[in-house]
Amino acid sequence: MKKIKCALIGSGNIGTDLIYKIMRSPVLEPVWMVGIDAESEGLKRAREMGLKTTHEGVDGLLPHVLEDGIQIAFDATSAYVHAENSRKLNALGVLMVDLTPAAIGPLCVPPVNLKAHAEKLEMNVNMISCAGQATIPVVYAVSRIQSVDYAEIIGSLASKSIGPGTRANLDEFTTTTSGAICKVGGSRRGKALCIINPAEPPMMMRNTVYCLTDEEPDRDRITASILEMIGEVQKYVPGYRLVNGPIFDGNKVSVFLEVAGLGDYLPTYAGNLDIMTAAATRTAEMFAEEILAGKIQLPAVEVA
Amino acid sequence: MSQSNSLKGRKVILHDMCLRDGMHAKREQISVAQMVKVATALDDAGVPYIQVTHGAGLGGNSLQHGFAPHSNEEYISAVAAQMKQAKVSVLLIPGLGTMKELQSAYDCGARSVHVATHCTEADTSPQHIAYARKLGMDTSGFLMMAHLNDAEGIAQQGKLMESYGAQTVYVTDSAGYMLPEDVKARVGALRAVLKPETEIGFHGHHNLGMGIANSIAAIEAGATRIDGSVAGLGAGAGNTPLEVFAAVCERMGMETGADLFKLMDVAEEIIVPMMEHVVRVDRESLTLGYAGVYSTFLLHAKRAAERFGVPARDILVELGRKKMIGGQEDMIPDTAMTMAKARGIAFRA
Repeated sequence: MKKIKCALIGSGNIGTDLIYKIMRSPVLEPVWMVGIDAESEGLKRAREMGLKTTHEGVDGLLPHVLEDGIQIAFDATSAYVHAENSRKLNALGVLMVDLTPAAIGPLCVPPVNLKAHAEKLEMNVNMISCAGQATIPVVYAVSRIQSVDYAEIIGSLASKSIGPGTRANLDEFTTTTSGAICKVGGSRRGKALCIINPAEPPMMMRNTVYCLTDEEPDRDRITASILEMIGEVQKYVPGYRLVNGPIFDGNKVSVFLEVAGLGDYLPTYAGNLDIMTAAATRTAEMFAEEILAGKIQLPAVEVA
Repeated sequence: MSQSNSLKGRKVILHDMCLRDGMHAKREQISVAQMVKVATALDDAGVPYIQVTHGAGLGGNSLQHGFAPHSNEEYISAVAAQMKQAKVSVLLIPGLGTMKELQSAYDCGARSVHVATHCTEADTSPQHIAYARKLGMDTSGFLMMAHLNDAEGIAQQGKLMESYGAQTVYVTDSAGYMLPEDVKARVGALRAVLKPETEIGFHGHHNLGMGIANSIAAIEAGATRIDGSVAGLGAGAGNTPLEVFAAVCERMGMETGADLFKLMDVAEEIIVPMMEHVVRVDRESLTLGYAGVYSTFLLHAKRAAERFGVPARDILVELGRKKMIGGQEDMIPDTAMTMAKARGIAFRA
């Protein structure tokens, strides 16, 4: 079967883990890996896995985009450089899946709104953040039953799983995730908190979701909705699981989640990598299927 | 009285935490009027820095950390307007508070900031420290739960914060776990690597009754700034009681610039009557110090104990074993539920 050729930008934790996820896809093929440090572990591993690499950033990739037929790129760099990367690649007709918190394109949480995005052509979709991917499905699972005034999410991440890009983007993480809780999760107000825990052995990624419903929560329907949604996420992140809850205190609904990764690039504690890379891969696959079926068409670019 | 000591003549900068760390001990329920009353009295007593924010700092208002009756902006504006000599400071924990909130606090009159990270995660603070410096704020890097990193590790982390622009680096004993030798080792290691003009601070909790002794040990090793709170109003068994510390400084011939009797009056007449529970070393706060658990977890654990039927001490010990850190308050009910299930204790969903 024909596959859509992909480029991966950013050779850090997320970019490197993406190689594994994309290699397993029936419709995507990782062809290029872009970094800025020739000696980086990510680029080394990409070469070993048969990808073409450049350490000259996106500019090192641009001359090869058309000849290598790259149609989808994943950006796992940082919020600061994403806009420029996206502009350059969009100009060459490449669809961008943004894994930074730059969020210049529409926000995507696969089990909530991927279908809506895939039906029309979006040249840039944003994956929000790892904690956003882990929690917004649950916020949505509550808000589709009854209105939510306020939702708050807490992501606890193992220190070893957090690379320098994420560390330098904590404010962007907070802002983008808080906004997405409302825009995608359906809550009226939202807040995101992030904690980096250095415990040894590293702790599994944990996420807690609190929702304040306007009316007294319908416990049975909300519980059923949350359990169904967890099943949807497990389709692409098998290590996603409910640890405790939902519990109800007045109008507050609390849900305690854990995300174990597949252990591709980092060990299983780094569920934060998997939930991002798996969501991004699923998103790209949906677009790839539409492209391969001829339902959407990327803009043609004239070769100079 | 004739006893000589090496610290005679040393200057110590006091930083009161009643209106920030003390918010934890009050379940974040301090009114604007109470804040102004306390801060005005501390200003009058000559305390040079007064921290005013939600207990968890900027961005702290949340289900995770509790909602205060007023915004940080309301508290800071009300207090800053009344200060004659004291500077108002704030706490900022990256991942919870943002630079936008720091700008807003500055606009309301805050002029000093503790930019706080866990003691191994200093590299989540460069943006925030640089931003505070750009605003011209007195900027400290605040290494929390410092017992969870060794002296060399603390020195490296402090060096990072200094490189981002921090003018002071704090050893923060969030769990009230450290003993004087632990404090000396960490402060000494920092002193050895930081620039001479970079100050060192110590922030203690009194969970093992070591607040004063640890603060003195910090000064002996080179610290010049000491956080405390009048009458110890703070998380866990409270912070280093500031009036007691000031009295000890006076006895040792150190200069704090504060009026001891006025501090004693603030403690007795204003702070103690405000307390909802006597802030002291009791069974649970002692457990924090003994097990090395974040002091703010105290009241959360007591609530979880009531809700899920597992003793607070057992929950705290388990949180210590799991190495949970500040900000992970959601893991308190989570841990309590997991323990209740394992023990066959039924609770209401």
